Amino acid sequence: MNDLFIAGNQHKYILSPQKRNRDTLTALFFLIPTLIFFFIFIIYPIIQSLYYSFFNWKGFGPAINFVGLRNYEKILTDSVFAKAVGNGLLIVVLSLIVQLPISIALAIMVRNDMPGRSFFRTIFFMPFVFSESIAGIIWVSMFKPDPSIGFLNAIWTLIPGVKPLEFLGDTSQVMMCVFIALTWKYLGFHMLLYMAGLANIPREIEEAAIIDGASNWQIIRNVTLPLLSTTIRTSVYLSVLGSLQQFGLIWIMSKGGPVNASETMAIYMYRFGFMRLALGYGCAVGVILLLICLIFSVSYQRLVKQQDYLGGLYS
Amino acid sequence: MTEKNTIQSWKKQNRRSLIFKYIVLIIIFLIVVIPIIMLIFGALKTRGELATKPYTPPIPPHFENIQKILNQPDFWNMLKNSLFVMLAATAGTVLVAAMAAFSFSRLNFRGKNLSFNVVTLGLLFPMSIAILPEYILLRQLNLLNLWGIILPEIAFALAGDILILRGFFMAIPVELQDASYIDGCTNLGFFWKILLPLARPSLSAVAVLAMINSWNELFLPIVVLNEERLYTLPLGTMQFSTEHGTDWAMVLAFVALSMIPTIIFYLFAEKQLISGLTAGAVKG
Repeated sequence: MNDLFIAGNQHKYILSPQKRNRDTLTALFFLIPTLIFFFIFIIYPIIQSLYYSFFNWKGFGPAINFVGLRNYEKILTDSVFAKAVGNGLLIVVLSLIVQLPISIALAIMVRNDMPGRSFFRTIFFMPFVFSESIAGIIWVSMFKPDPSIGFLNAIWTLIPGVKPLEFLGDTSQVMMCVFIALTWKYLGFHMLLYMAGLANIPREIEEAAIIDGASNWQIIRNVTLPLLSTTIRTSVYLSVLGSLQQFGLIWIMSKGGPVNASETMAIYMYRFGFMRLALGYGCAVGVILLLICLIFSVSYQRLVKQQDYLGGLYS
Repeated sequence: MTEKNTIQSWKKQNRRSLIFKYIVLIIIFLIVVIPIIMLIFGALKTRGELATKPYTPPIPPHFENIQKILNQPDFWNMLKNSLFVMLAATAGTVLVAAMAAFSFSRLNFRGKNLSFNVVTLGLLFPMSIAILPEYILLRQLNLLNLWGIILPEIAFALAGDILILRGFFMAIPVELQDASYIDGCTNLGFFWKILLPLARPSLSAVAVLAMINSWNELFLPIVVLNEERLYTLPLGTMQFSTEHGTDWAMVLAFVALSMIPTIIFYLFAEKQLISGLTAGAVKG
C-alpha cells in the first residue's frame, strides 16, 4: 500500500499545468453524479428532517405548528423510547460478549487449510445473504409456542415435567429469541472478517512462538489476537452500529412487542413517525438516532485512533 | 527439549484438538442448518401433514403448495419487481461509484480532499436511520414507486463502494496511466478502455455486494411502496406471512421459494461477495 502512495506522490510532480487542468475538468464531470445523489438523497433530506423535527407536523400541507424542542422533550421522557434504547444497548452488549468471541474462535478453528474449511465457511455464512424477511419467518417458525408446530418447544418439552415456553409471546423471553436469530444471521459475517484478518498474519510469527515453547492458548492470547486487532476493531464497529439500527428482523419476529418488550429505536421511529403519521415527531426520533450513531462513530474513531476500517463499513 | 521434539508434541496435541474442533464445528453446523431444513421440510408438506407430523422429512414430498404459489401471478410479479430494482440499483451504483473512485484514485484536482471527506461522511448516515426524511423527500418528488427504492439505494451504497473501488484502483500501476497518456489517450479513454477492464474483478465484487443488498432491502420498500403490484420479494414475503398466518405450510412454501434465487446466486457468487465484504475491512 505504501509503495503505491509514494508512486502516486511522485506522479503528482511530473504533472504539467495542462494535465492538471484537464484532470480538474474530468474530475468535475466524474464526481457530479455522486454529488447529486449525495445532496438530493442524503444531505438534503437530513437537513429537512432537522427542520421538521421542530414542528408538530402530520405530513400534510406546510408545517406551521412550531413546537420548538417539545418533540425532543417528549421522546426523551417517553418510557417506551427508553426501553428501545435499553434494548439497543442490550443487543450491543450481547453481540460483543457472545457473537464476537464465538466468531473469532470459529475463524481460528478453521485456519491452516483444515479439511472442510471452505465447506464450513459456505454454510456458516449462508444466513447472512438471506433477507431479513426470510430469516425472520424462519425463526418465527422455530419459536412457535405450540410444541406441535414449534421445533424448539418440541425439543424443550422432551424434558419431562416442563411447560412449553412462550418465546416471542413473553416479555422476558422475546429479546433472547431475537438475539438468537440475529446471531444466527450475522455470526458467519464476523467469522468471515476474522478469517480474512487471520489470512493476513504471517505464519512465521506463530511458528516462532511454537518453537519458543508457547502453548496453544498462549499463542492465541499473546500473538494471534494482538495481530488481529485491526479486524477486531472493524468487527466491533460494524456490530455496534448494526445493533443500534436493528429494524427488519425484529419487526418481522415480534413487531416490537409484546407490550414494547422488543422495541428498538428504528421500530419506535417507524411506528410513531410513519404508522401514526406524526412525521415531525418521527423526524425528531431520527435526529436523535443519527446523533447517537454519529457520537459513537466519532468517539470510537478517536478511541482507536485509526481510520483504516472505513473501507469495511459497507455491510 | 530440542526444537524437533517441541514441534512433534505440538502436532500430537493438534491431532487431539482437531477432533474437538470438528465436534464444535458440527454442532454449530447443525444449529445453522436445522432451521433451514425445517423450513424446506415444511414447504413440501400439506397443511394436514404439517399438523400431524411436523418434523419428519416430507416423504413423499407434496408440491401442491409450491404449485399453488407459482400458479398465481403475485409471486412472479414480486420476482420481476425485485429483479428490476436489483439490476437498476446495481448498474447505477457500480457506474457512479467507479467514476468517483477513478477521480479520487487517479486524478489530481483542487478540492479533492474536501469532496473525498464529503463522500466518507456518507458512511455515517445509514439508510435505516434516515428512512423518514427519505420518505418525505420521495413523496415530494412523486417517487413512491420502484424508482423511489432504486435511487436511495444507489445513494446510500455509494460511500462504501467508492472507498472499496478506490483501494482497488490505486493498486493498478501508475506507469500504465502514463503510458496511455503518452500514446494519446484521454482521461476518459483511460478510464473506459484500460482501467475498467483491468478492474473487472473488483467491479464484480462491488456489483455482487450491491445486488445482495438491493435484493434483501426491506425497510425502504415497507415505507415507500403502498401498492401491492409494486411489492418486492422481501416485502411480499412479509406480507404473505401475515395474510396466510393460519396456513403455515403455505407460508413456509412461499419463504422456501423466495429463498431459492438467493441460494443459487450465493453459490455462484460466493467468491466475489467475500472479496467485496473483506476489501478494506482488513487492510492496514
